[in-house]
Amino acid sequence: MNEEALLKANEALEAANQAMFTANNTWMLVATVLVFIMHLGFATLEAGFVQRKNVVNILFKNVMIISIGLLTYYIMGFNLMYPGGDGGGWFGFAGFGLTNPEGAAGLIEYADAGYSYWTDFIFQGMFAATCCTIVSGAVAERIKLVPFLVFCTLFVSLSYPITGMWKWGGGWLQEAGFYDFAGSTIVHSVGGWGALAGIILLGARKGKYTDKGIKPIPGHSMPLAAMGVFLLWFGWFGFNGGSVLSADAGLVSLVFVTTALAAAAGAIGSFVVSLGMFKTFDLSMALNGILGGLVGITAGADQMGPGAAILVGFIAGCIIPLSVVFFDKMKLDDPVGATSVHLVCGIWGTLAVGLFGELAGMTQIIAQLKGIVAVGVFTFLFAFIVFFVLKLTVGIRVPEEEEVAGLDIAEHGSPAYVGVNQAAFSVAK
Amino acid sequence: MKKIEAIIRSSRFDEVKEALSEKGINFFTFMEVKGYGHQEGETHTYRGAVYDVGYIARMKLEIMVSDSFVQLAIDAILASAKTGEVGDGKISVISLDEIIQIRTGLRNESAINTK
Repeated sequence: MNEEALLKANEALEAANQAMFTANNTWMLVATVLVFIMHLGFATLEAGFVQRKNVVNILFKNVMIISIGLLTYYIMGFNLMYPGGDGGGWFGFAGFGLTNPEGAAGLIEYADAGYSYWTDFIFQGMFAATCCTIVSGAVAERIKLVPFLVFCTLFVSLSYPITGMWKWGGGWLQEAGFYDFAGSTIVHSVGGWGALAGIILLGARKGKYTDKGIKPIPGHSMPLAAMGVFLLWFGWFGFNGGSVLSADAGLVSLVFVTTALAAAAGAIGSFVVSLGMFKTFDLSMALNGILGGLVGITAGADQMGPGAAILVGFIAGCIIPLSVVFFDKMKLDDPVGATSVHLVCGIWGTLAVGLFGELAGMTQIIAQLKGIVAVGVFTFLFAFIVFFVLKLTVGIRVPEEEEVAGLDIAEHGSPAYVGVNQAAFSVAK
Repeated sequence: MKKIEAIIRSSRFDEVKEALSEKGINFFTFMEVKGYGHQEGETHTYRGAVYDVGYIARMKLEIMVSDSFVQLAIDAILASAKTGEVGDGKISVISLDEIIQIRTGLRNESAINTK
């Protein structure tokens, strides 16, 4: 009698655990789709911020980036970032390709009933290409397509997973106490450093910095830019929410709140400072401010309350206009503000973990600085060397006539917007 | 007074504007136009089909000047708009009967207000 009851109890427990596993895994897959939507957001945002003669080019780059990112993550990225083993190292590699562990090891036992092996791969895989799409916005309108794709392939298959492993793969930064919940450093400032290296070596777009001052090159579509930012905010609920790595009701809902409030505060911070600095209500600054707030909360979204989240987001938003003006003063041309949003606010968000919330304190600040500096040095050097070698060998910048004519025609032979009143077409001889 | 109409390459617009400004000619009307001529139209590619767009994009400037400035303007445009390739454009000079400035009601030379 007792044995029967015990058996039934165990069965019930198993069933409950499986149900919990399914719930967790389902949320993680939804979060995966939400992170995927961020690629849609980036594509739309970047398309809006470039001139209309370069739209096909930027969209093509965005399409290639997600494709290269996912494929290389399958080939080697995932196993570089999560090599397993004892932890604490600088480099590890679990082999090319993916192998799902047999039975329960790939399912309910894989991540404490949080998600399956395949979910782990695809969720993290969606993050990976983000580092490259950050670079693509900064180097837009003057970079050569093929060298850029070569850079991306190397960046996403080597630099991103190696530094990622230091923290998320159980490496030395994890052991040093560094904390980066969803990737203010590991994803965003990695992309930012790559962007910085790129724009230093590439140079500004023709005519942007003249001896008479800055001649702005405005984006051609504010609707696309705004939609892009809203899509990014939309996707960020999965980017941060999924980084809880389970469907834990308390944590995921807290992260949703901190994420949303930081974004909102970022918009206000940017609006207030840019109003003070420029005396205008600048939409593009407000949009960048939202993103700055989101990047800012990404390191500590699960460690802070709403009040701290608002402060972190607000400060990030305030930083944005100052940072954009600074980069322009240094003659570092960034058409979408990627360096300000992802690099500068990424560093701020990482530091904020030591200043606000559960982990605040001097020890944490030191640990955060270790991570910021180590990842920064490695990533910047990697990106700089790759871009430099490409520049020396095949060149990274399109010729001036092509830049003036527009990359859509020069590199793709196809405009993004076809005119209405065109003369009759003829098939080329 | 004369109106100078210049059809130039879009890529030379900034240079032509600078050159005219140096000669003291600081205002004109300009528009984006499409042209058709000896130069081959742009070739585009779409889903495997290569096609001739059938036109070339150009900038048209309309500059009102007093007679003494005509040659100055033409020289400035020739120097700055020329690339040597087929398709550099054309300049034409048209006689004007009268010019009236709307804000002030001034006529002819006073209306143009060039030095």
